[in-house]
Amino acid sequence: MGNLTREDDVTKIIMAAAIFGMLTGAAFAQAPNFDDPAEFAKQREQLTASFNGPADKMYMQYAGEAMVGTAQYKTDAPWTVCFSNAGVNNPWRVVGFTNMTEEVKLHPEIGTFTHVDAEGSDDKQIADIDDLLAGGNCSVLIVSPNSTAALTPAVEKACAAGLPVIVFDRGVTTDCPVTFVHPVGGYGFGIQAAEHIIANVPAGGKVLMLRILPGVDVLETRASGARNMFKEAGLTVLGEEFTDGDNAKTKSIVEDYLQRGAIDAVWMDAGATAVAAVEAFEDQGVDVPVVTGEDQQDYLQKWRALGFKGIAPTYPSYQWRTAIIAAVQTLKGEQVPGPEWVLPQPAVTQDVLDQYINEKMPPLHYAMCGCEDMATYPEAWGGTK
Amino acid sequence: MTDAPLPAPAPRRFRFERHASTILLLASVALYVALVVIMGQTRFLTLDNLVAILGRSITLGITAIGQTFAILVASIDLSVASVISASAVVTSVVMNGDPAMMLPAVLAVLALGAAVGLANGLVITKLEVNPLIATLGMSLIIQGVLSYYYNNFAGNVPVEFQVFAYGSVGIVPFSLIFMLALAGCAWFVLRFSRFGSDVYSVGGNRDAARLAGIKTDRVVIGAHVICSLCAAIAGIYLASRLRSGAPWIGAEGVYDLESIAVVVIGGTVLAGGRGGIWGTMAGVIIFSLIDSIFNVSGVDAFVKQVLRGIIIVAAVAFYAARSKRPVA
Amino acid sequence: MSAQSLSQTETTKRGLPRINPVYVLVAALILAIIIMNPAFGEPTGYMNFLKRVTALAILSGGALYVIVSGGFDLSVGSIMTLTVIGSSMLASNDPNSTYWVIPLMLGIGVAVGLINGLVVSYLKVPSLIATLGMMITLNGVAFMWSGGAPRGYLPDTFRFFGRYNITDVPVITLLPVAVICLVVFGTMLWWGMHRTNFGRMLHAVGDNQQAARLAGVPVERVRISAFVVSALSAVLAGVILGGRAGVSVDIGSGFELQAITAAVIGGAQLLGGRGSVPAAIAGALALEAIFTLLNLLGLAQPVRLVVQGLILIGAVALATYQRKRSGR
Repeated sequence: MGNLTREDDVTKIIMAAAIFGMLTGAAFAQAPNFDDPAEFAKQREQLTASFNGPADKMYMQYAGEAMVGTAQYKTDAPWTVCFSNAGVNNPWRVVGFTNMTEEVKLHPEIGTFTHVDAEGSDDKQIADIDDLLAGGNCSVLIVSPNSTAALTPAVEKACAAGLPVIVFDRGVTTDCPVTFVHPVGGYGFGIQAAEHIIANVPAGGKVLMLRILPGVDVLETRASGARNMFKEAGLTVLGEEFTDGDNAKTKSIVEDYLQRGAIDAVWMDAGATAVAAVEAFEDQGVDVPVVTGEDQQDYLQKWRALGFKGIAPTYPSYQWRTAIIAAVQTLKGEQVPGPEWVLPQPAVTQDVLDQYINEKMPPLHYAMCGCEDMATYPEAWGGTK
Repeated sequence: MTDAPLPAPAPRRFRFERHASTILLLASVALYVALVVIMGQTRFLTLDNLVAILGRSITLGITAIGQTFAILVASIDLSVASVISASAVVTSVVMNGDPAMMLPAVLAVLALGAAVGLANGLVITKLEVNPLIATLGMSLIIQGVLSYYYNNFAGNVPVEFQVFAYGSVGIVPFSLIFMLALAGCAWFVLRFSRFGSDVYSVGGNRDAARLAGIKTDRVVIGAHVICSLCAAIAGIYLASRLRSGAPWIGAEGVYDLESIAVVVIGGTVLAGGRGGIWGTMAGVIIFSLIDSIFNVSGVDAFVKQVLRGIIIVAAVAFYAARSKRPVA
Repeated sequence: MSAQSLSQTETTKRGLPRINPVYVLVAALILAIIIMNPAFGEPTGYMNFLKRVTALAILSGGALYVIVSGGFDLSVGSIMTLTVIGSSMLASNDPNSTYWVIPLMLGIGVAVGLINGLVVSYLKVPSLIATLGMMITLNGVAFMWSGGAPRGYLPDTFRFFGRYNITDVPVITLLPVAVICLVVFGTMLWWGMHRTNFGRMLHAVGDNQQAARLAGVPVERVRISAFVVSALSAVLAGVILGGRAGVSVDIGSGFELQAITAAVIGGAQLLGGRGSVPAAIAGALALEAIFTLLNLLGLAQPVRLVVQGLILIGAVALATYQRKRSGR
């Protein structure tokens, strides 16, 4: 183990180099762009635009006219549909995955549905896709990427192997997939919630922004969209706090802010903890102000029961159905909306609140599932008739 | 000061533990083959697929090689996941798409790893803080500093550097060759070097090792430097694989607890002093095989978790049940 | 050894009081919070704080039993999750179900603690690995049971313990039920650890297992009981946290390390032999108070992590230093 003095010298050099490394790191710091005015404007327009496709099936609708031909992928049934899933680590993904498996049952041409679950790890999902390419015998590969940049090489590799690839939810930075299925997007979500707050809170009002966690593309854009709008409307943002999706933490944060002064509105980037935020007001004996949420049953029901001014923008889980539909169309060699299949993204407002509430469904069932027309509804989603 | 007599080599007799990891490995291979044959999915038995399985857990494998050193000296390192995140971020930020920055980035990351290992080792030996707490604390500190500066994927690695994760000789990926070479080096160090035998002595009985003239503190510090260096290399690999680094990728892969689990499944005793690198490699392959078995048989993600928990305990019980020593 | 620790308590009572630094820390933190935010001095302020910390405080009191006996219990967070998910599944919105759901959950807690204890005592799996396996398994079981998302609400009768405030109380205006629970269960845990024969045996086992065995202590039974107490307190913590926050799938995650941190801040010695329930509860208060204070200072999550890490290492290093100085 060398002698002592030399070791000390080495240590010093190492420390110096490490500090140098950290400093250079800080100097090169750069955030990916989550504040893109052009994309913001586009999504704002799409929120109110009309969509093509059957009027009663939102999961089949698409924005714009662009289509891609898939004649080269036409294959005889039975097919093996492979799906690499980022994970089912939150209730939204649980509902979505149920939508997907139920949709698969509607297509007798799908002989095998192979599903691999990466449990929320990029590293694992890349390995999963390798496994599927090596031995999966896939006719088509559906990918719900855990993160955008990281999964791009794996998707490119699948494309290079000649497989038709369908991507949905979070995207990838290559256009080699047949299509990328997604709803309007994060800005749209942020806009819907922010517009509702701006309409119901007088100028100068105080807004608390609660976010789940930093860094997820679709969540960052929700926040940046809303933040800009609050600034324009002259509302004061009290703070942006991260809740980790944890109810207890959400409640503590709201309690702490309440102790320091009044809150006129709570903006949330996702609804899982909305009820905890509402309860914080209830428990303090304070009137519940405007609290935005998402289309979970527990929030919708709380909103109706207490009668506060709520709104539930959605990130519709029916896109999980659409992914299967796109795969089936591809294997039939039909025209598929692409290279992006943009789905409508409606918000649940006071006017339509009642039609989305179903007390027989689990508390974190996402009402905008587009699944009510399936024969197995509601049992497959954990509800009772 | 380096002339202290070599400690007496451990007596060589048949030890069940020496072979247990091989038995476990063979059992899981047999299970995999049986499952594939029963399910009529023999396409999973190709060479391509074998390579895919071996290549599943490179990050975990590299980390676990380092963790083996920490556990052999009767210490433990919970900071590896944070080090992986930190080094992946530093790699991609320093490179920032510029091939000319590849070497400086790697050097900076290795320096970072060495510094963390040194700090861990010093806190454990000089301040006599329990290793679990010391490295947990270090993990929180690194994670805090990292997420203070970054909250997303930052920077990107140049295409040239992605070769590390995506390049291959024939069908064998470079990264797999690299991991096996690293394991080979680690084995050589543990088996033939002075430091290696010191690691076993210190882990076996620190007081006896000190009395035998071994600078035990330095051995512990050395083991921690190696451990953190391996985690740093795993981070470099992960940056190359994901094309960028983000402050959560280490935690997301649960590399801290998983690396400890594979080391222990590989037969290295948590109390230190017994075990080795090839056991750890067997543990890593067992983990990859389990993952692949789950994928082939389409086990539900939640059932997977339950089984994984039971397997970890059962595998360790398989070694430990006959041991007479009290366990912590 | 048991006699010695007893006599220590006696001297502390009679002679000059040696105040555990954690109490000073808590007092200082609370004072700082009140200076920064006078509203904290109002009953709503400090009662909210106590209500918030109850789950962790009870949990760390229970976790201390395992720590004093010389082990770790990483499964407590997953027991909390299982309690909340399981209760919501079983209760199916029926307010009367609470009377049998909570006892049933306590029963499950006993079973989990027994398994942990048996695996550690008889299969000789180190507690770190045994309870890590249990943690992974129970999280998986909770997911399997619920299908990945909560399937029901917790009735108000269940949430009573964690959520309800008794109002119009003289002097303190309001009294959360959770705070009553904290006092009741805290006292029970204190009594079990510091006033019973079991508590003395626990210390003896943690201090030196072999010596305790020779002295006729039923080592296995004592260790198993410690795991059972820890699991039971985790169920209670789950009931209270579920009451406070409602159902979510990962409600208990991270609590295992926080409980150990709280116990360590309270001066508990890892690997056994030393620890005090009131100090562990004070450790939980200190941890939560630090978070509150950092929040008031407007310091973000990353800074919290760094501070938590430094305090963790600092607390243990300080304890070691004091022990060395007092020559023990």
